[in-house]
Amino acid sequence: MALVDGINGAVKRLPSWPLYLLGAVPVVWLFWQGLTGGLGVDPTKVIEHKLGLWGLWLLIAGLAITPLQRFAGLRLIKFRRAIGLLAFFYILTHLLVWLVLDVQIPAQIWADILKRPYITIGMAAFLMMLPLAITSNNWSLRKLGPVRWRGLHKLTYLLVPLGAVHFVMVVKGWQMEPLYYLAVVIALLALRLRPSRRRRAAAA
Amino acid sequence: MAGRWKNDLNWSDTTPKAAWLNRRQIMAGIGAAAFGGIAGPALAGLGAVKSDFSTVEEPNPLDHITSYCNYYEFGTGKEDPARNAHMLNTDGWQVEIDGLVDKPGTWTMDDILAGTTLEERIYRFRCVEAWSMVIPWVGFELSDLLARVGVQSGAKYVAFETALRPDEMPGVRSPVIDWPYVEGLRLDEAMNPLTILATGLYDEPIPNQNGAPIRLVVPWKYGFKSIKSIVRISLTDKEPPTSWNKTNGREYGFYSNVNPTVDHPRWSQASERVIGGGILAKRKPTLLFNGYGEQVADLYDGMDLAKFY
Repeated sequence: MALVDGINGAVKRLPSWPLYLLGAVPVVWLFWQGLTGGLGVDPTKVIEHKLGLWGLWLLIAGLAITPLQRFAGLRLIKFRRAIGLLAFFYILTHLLVWLVLDVQIPAQIWADILKRPYITIGMAAFLMMLPLAITSNNWSLRKLGPVRWRGLHKLTYLLVPLGAVHFVMVVKGWQMEPLYYLAVVIALLALRLRPSRRRRAAAA
Repeated sequence: MAGRWKNDLNWSDTTPKAAWLNRRQIMAGIGAAAFGGIAGPALAGLGAVKSDFSTVEEPNPLDHITSYCNYYEFGTGKEDPARNAHMLNTDGWQVEIDGLVDKPGTWTMDDILAGTTLEERIYRFRCVEAWSMVIPWVGFELSDLLARVGVQSGAKYVAFETALRPDEMPGVRSPVIDWPYVEGLRLDEAMNPLTILATGLYDEPIPNQNGAPIRLVVPWKYGFKSIKSIVRISLTDKEPPTSWNKTNGREYGFYSNVNPTVDHPRWSQASERVIGGGILAKRKPTLLFNGYGEQVADLYDGMDLAKFY
């Protein structure tokens, strides 16, 4: 418990804004590597895949915060907005790389979104992220009120598994890596099924 | 058969080897020459003869071809084969040739290459994942080998099988597909002069990650049809099972001819990313039969290519 208290104490003193700068570093590094030949012979695919994967990591990190607090007592919630917004910017960049550097042809992009289930699913997950990113600020929280705001942000529980399914569908054959991520997402969602409201009522 | 094409090109017309070897290899070669007094076998070359079937397009540098591979027996990442394929021991390689042939049996690489003239075939290579390269293979026509074993009249297909060696192939621990990898061609496809068995690349023995010691190359079909590290060739009267078709029949058909108008369910095949172009390169339109229609289109006369994809 000393460790948890130590971390919680440290977290209290740390600001969350440096996360945004820190989060930008890997993206800049990735594009720099791609332009200077550091990503092998097919840099577009590497950039596209890495951004998607890192976006999924951030989404999973965001989903892990509540269970970590409930089961381990770790209070990391002050970083959750930054993690969520970073996830949005990673997935947005992932999408833009696919549009501009990979597919390139606008007519084909629209056809792909409609015709290819894995793209339809990925796109749906991205569109669900939009209102969440737009309302990830104090002003929106006040305007909506905590109940509506929380209701809206429950979209996370739908869009993160969709993102993981998108990864499972994009690879050839049944590969283990995306299935592991999907399992982690499902586990993090399952941990939320505990009847917390009743427990709170009993404690009162 | 080698040498059936005549042209007025001389060896002086070829690209000097130093121009395509990357700098590291040149330095390693110079180092070896300085140390040993001779250049050593690495620079000896296979001495493959030119072929009119070669494209005039500029081949990808060797390091593109050897560092970016799909060879799932060594892992599903593009760089995994380059990292892991050294584990494969190709010494004493044997190929079983059986089924509807006059002379079934086990062939060593020496048996296979005895009396064979190796040709350089610079072919376009189009992956089903919508990327492409140009590759200077070295090999011989599959029909030459089939003529030597004697194809019986009932044979209609040729089935191929890749080695399955769990101790040397870390990727087969994962059931991505049903191992061993198997592929097949219709007999007339196998007999087409474009279809080769490749044993070399850039006039050197083919690296393990590219399918050593012997692999199929069928340039008008998606790359996965060109099965690597072959241990078995069987002549059959029925269409043989093929690995990707067994894994996902909706996405990968038996024919798998390159066709810009028949999309893969998950992506368009209308265009391709040319490997080596960098992140700002434009996509290139994909050609029907990968541009080899003149040689192979008549194989599919009257067939609905959208149905037999």
